[in-house]
Amino acid sequence: MAKSIEVKDLDIYYGNFLAVEGVNVGIKARSVTAFIGPSGCGKSTVLRSLNRMHEVIPGARVEGEVVVDGQSLYDSSVDPVAVRREIGMVFQRPNPFPTMSIYENVLAGNRLNAKKLKKADADATVERALKSANLWNEVKDRLNKPGMDLSGGQQQRLCIARAIAVRPQVLLMDEPCSALDPISTSAIEDLIHELKTEYTIVIVTHNMQQAARVSDDTGFFNLKAVGEPGRLMEFNSTNKMFSNPDNESTEAYVSGRFG
Amino acid sequence: MTQSTKTRTRTVAVPEGNGHHLSVSAGKLPRNAALLTAAFSTAVGIVLGLILGSGLTLMAFLGWVVFVVAYPVWALSIEGRRKATDRTVQALAWSIFVLAMAPLVSLVYTVVLKGGPVVTPDFLSRDMTGFASLGQGGGIYHAIMGTIMVTAIAAIIAVPIGVFTAVYLVEYGAGRRLAQSITFLVDVMTGIPSIVAGLFAVALFIVITGDPLPRLGIGGGVALALLMIPTVIRSVEEMLKLVPNDLREASYALGVPKWRTIVKVVLPTSVAGIVTGITLAIARVAGETAPLLLIVGTYPEANWSPFDGAVQTLPVFIYTSLAATSDVKYGDIWTDRVWGAALVLIIIVMALNLIARVIGNVFAPKSGR
Ligand SMILES: Nc1ncnc2c1ncn2[C@@H]1O[C@H](COP(=O)(O)OP(=O)(O)OP(=O)(O)O)[C@@H](O)[C@H]1O
Ligand SMILES: [Mg+2]
Repeated sequence: MAKSIEVKDLDIYYGNFLAVEGVNVGIKARSVTAFIGPSGCGKSTVLRSLNRMHEVIPGARVEGEVVVDGQSLYDSSVDPVAVRREIGMVFQRPNPFPTMSIYENVLAGNRLNAKKLKKADADATVERALKSANLWNEVKDRLNKPGMDLSGGQQQRLCIARAIAVRPQVLLMDEPCSALDPISTSAIEDLIHELKTEYTIVIVTHNMQQAARVSDDTGFFNLKAVGEPGRLMEFNSTNKMFSNPDNESTEAYVSGRFG
Repeated sequence: MTQSTKTRTRTVAVPEGNGHHLSVSAGKLPRNAALLTAAFSTAVGIVLGLILGSGLTLMAFLGWVVFVVAYPVWALSIEGRRKATDRTVQALAWSIFVLAMAPLVSLVYTVVLKGGPVVTPDFLSRDMTGFASLGQGGGIYHAIMGTIMVTAIAAIIAVPIGVFTAVYLVEYGAGRRLAQSITFLVDVMTGIPSIVAGLFAVALFIVITGDPLPRLGIGGGVALALLMIPTVIRSVEEMLKLVPNDLREASYALGVPKWRTIVKVVLPTSVAGIVTGITLAIARVAGETAPLLLIVGTYPEANWSPFDGAVQTLPVFIYTSLAATSDVKYGDIWTDRVWGAALVLIIIVMALNLIARVIGNVFAPKSGR
């Protein structure tokens, strides 16, 4: 069910601006892969190119290959909409739908695609997703209140619930915990551990401990110099990355001696 | 300790600091200073006016001059320069506000005063057939219905075109040549004089019907739609641009196709603003006269067929009735009809504006944040 992702010589552009260059990475099925690196080095950009979200920005394009379970994502025969149904995403900023209640937000993946669910199934899905995202206890009495009425961190957990409610094969998470308190963060990390038995997960994080705790493999991105495109400097098992990395800059970054 | 050091440094930094303590209190005018000054100025204005033996207008002007001078001067003497400047600007802002409101208030006042007594149930439920043209009874039922029909036709034509165009411009067109030229054409359309829109409708229906001087309700609808479309496009465009891109991306990331994202996320999120904009556009054209004069003409009774013959509308009724007010025998009753019809037209337009507000509130996303 879960899928592996193979990225080959990926160059990612915003118009004429080359944001990320020459990414090669193999993401294993049923594992957690973390992307770390300084701000602006292209972590979000790479993540978004894994489910073809990159191209919704006008002028944005990629060169190279992303292969998911043997299927090349950027093949002309591939429908990006179908790709995004299989590869879900949680964004850096929480973005619940303002016109929908908490309940509807969780079911948005079904509702917006006009998939009918039986009431009982819908209720079960909502409960499962909200429990996984550690939000159920806080909102179970007000599921019909607008999703926008939640706090920032609650909104982010709502977005996580929304993403896992459709049971994607791969889940991409862009700094999902940057707005969360330690308790919710640890709940999300538990969730990631649970999900990895079924799904493939890629997570971007600025939190080294988090990367060390949750991930099996880690990729370190960096800019060679200001104005240069971002690159994947090193990709290795998380153990190796945090104890004995191959690359000097990785060591400097993970140990906090940077720049 | 640190606190006191800080305070001392600050006192030293004040150049004209007299002594050691920081002075933050200053003289202050009473809370109702503006009101007091206004009362004083009014009195002075009236007295001066009486002395000069002038009329109300000059009195008001004199009172205003006294106020604009006295208010800041008083503030200057007690509160200092900065507050005086503040109060000068306040006085000017209020003056301009009153100046802007005066014509509006006077207009509504006059129309209500003169039109109010005319607007009776009879006036609203009768048309101008029979003896009416001779000065007996009669009403504007036919014109109200005509205005509603023609405006509704205009809305039915203009709203879909406007909304779809705006959706194209915002959701699909970004940066494209076609979108840029459409935006340019919309700008040009905004400037079309309404009489030209009427001429266009006349020309169009001459071609369609072959009649050398067509009089058709649908023609009025077309002319008004022409005037409405650019307004609708512009307001809907603005509303769609306000929808954050994050929401579109959230929807795409759930595997929702673009068109569904537009229909189920973008439009519902902005529906309040869109409906408000459309209603205001309708209110704007409901009072158009020139194009209707050319293409729908006049008719003494309600004509419910937009495809067959002239239709009476309120603006045109007012215009043609005005010509009859000089009639020696029936002039007065025609004058009444003009005021009555004007009042009804204002009420219709205001009602549309109110509806726009209510709809805006009803549809707004249900959250304070
Ligand atoms: N929509 C966009 N249009 C143009 N350039 C962009 C856009 N989004 C990002 N970029 C550029 O791409 C580069 C990589 O940005 P990206 O958002 O991937 O960084 P990041 O590693 O996720 O940073 P952070 O940790 O701050 O989120 C940056 O130089 C950025 O300026
Ligand atoms: Mg980012």
